[in-house]
Amino acid sequence: MSELLERALKGEEIAIAKLLTKIEYVDPEGMKALEYLAERSGSAHVVGITGIPGAGKSTIIGALIDEYVRRNHRVGVVMIDPSSPFTKGSFMGNRIRMQDRSTLDNVFIRSLASRGHLGGVSAEALMLIEALDGLGYDRIIVETVGAGQTDTEVVSSVHTIAVLTVPGTGDEIQALKAGIMEIGDFYVINKADKPEAEASYISTKFAIDSAEVNFRDGWKPIVAKTVATKGEGIKELVDMFEEHRSFLESKGIFRQRIVDRRVKMVELIVRRNIDQVLQKAVEENKKDILMIPLLKSVEKIQGDLIAKIGRAH
Amino acid sequence: MSLEKRIKVVVAKLGLDGHDRGAKVIARALKDAGMEVVYTGLRQTPEQIVKAAVQEDADVIGISILSGAHLELIPHITKLMKENQLNDVVLVVGGVIPPQDIQTLKDMGVDQVFMPGSNLKEISEFIKQAVAKKRGQKVERAS
Repeated sequence: MSELLERALKGEEIAIAKLLTKIEYVDPEGMKALEYLAERSGSAHVVGITGIPGAGKSTIIGALIDEYVRRNHRVGVVMIDPSSPFTKGSFMGNRIRMQDRSTLDNVFIRSLASRGHLGGVSAEALMLIEALDGLGYDRIIVETVGAGQTDTEVVSSVHTIAVLTVPGTGDEIQALKAGIMEIGDFYVINKADKPEAEASYISTKFAIDSAEVNFRDGWKPIVAKTVATKGEGIKELVDMFEEHRSFLESKGIFRQRIVDRRVKMVELIVRRNIDQVLQKAVEENKKDILMIPLLKSVEKIQGDLIAKIGRAH
Repeated sequence: MSLEKRIKVVVAKLGLDGHDRGAKVIARALKDAGMEVVYTGLRQTPEQIVKAAVQEDADVIGISILSGAHLELIPHITKLMKENQLNDVVLVVGGVIPPQDIQTLKDMGVDQVFMPGSNLKEISEFIKQAVAKKRGQKVERAS
């Protein structure tokens, strides 16, 4: 075991932070630590917060942290904001809503840039969740990138999904659409002190109540109202999250979700590698891009990569 | 296969001063220079800023201060940085700083002070060089 991992396991924050960096950059020491931590992980309840940009995801996370800390949990938070497709830089503003929560003991907050991953979550985010779980954080909140209608990747990565919506963003028709309006275990109407809140509540409720299908896992989604800036509805929301957690455990789904998360993590890493293979192939062929030669290069580079992975283990 | 490390910067407004346009412009410029910027916003205490830098494993702390309290507050930052083993983290300060205070700030442990009118490119170049020097991280191209 590396010295860094040892210190991280004792709860030393700077060591945890440095270890997470090594993990997110797939550094060999980080991967070794992740392997160790993954053997100890599997008990944290992972909650995903998703929704459109500006719905109040970060603000509600701040309020959820308070409530979890009050209940004596160790809380890990991973927040993702977009990377620039042009410069690869990122402007991450989620922490601004946390104010002094990060100075609380037992709360560890980490911002992540999406680094080209689409769909709301990234390989890095899932690796950090796995690590925080193994380090003993028993409630983990992951904030997706501001999501659109098809950003449903978060489904197989977390135990409990709360989709945040805000009043005034659409009528019943929007609520009935496929995609993000199907994945929630909870639909949270945030900013519920706005005049259109009741209409949003009713149309979301209709979208759920009118379904005759079997709900995912047999859990009928709950529509809740919150005013995150004032902490209204947060205690009740955490009560319901805990209820969902017990439900998943009683059905044996809690464990299954962790398996799904690990599969997803590997899938995202493989996909990222494919992107790199393609980039390299394009580089090799850049004089004249023709489909067949490009495919041949991809095949060759991919073969080299697989051989390399084989040698490493 | 490990990935190319990107520079991570925590940008914060230190103390009681509500003018954040400059800090936002800087944060945006660093994003455009290919860095991953964590913008922590207004009225941050030294404790909050250093804690954010610890948890984020930031390479750089960028402080914006226009209140005139820099000689009072920066020592708190440098003290907390030492206590938290952030000796290799680059510390840059920008804002309304009288020229005669620059050397005092540098003696406290600030790596560079940027005055109003500083060139954005010059700031990001300085940061890249300083990170390479202090953190042993190679300078990356923003492409």
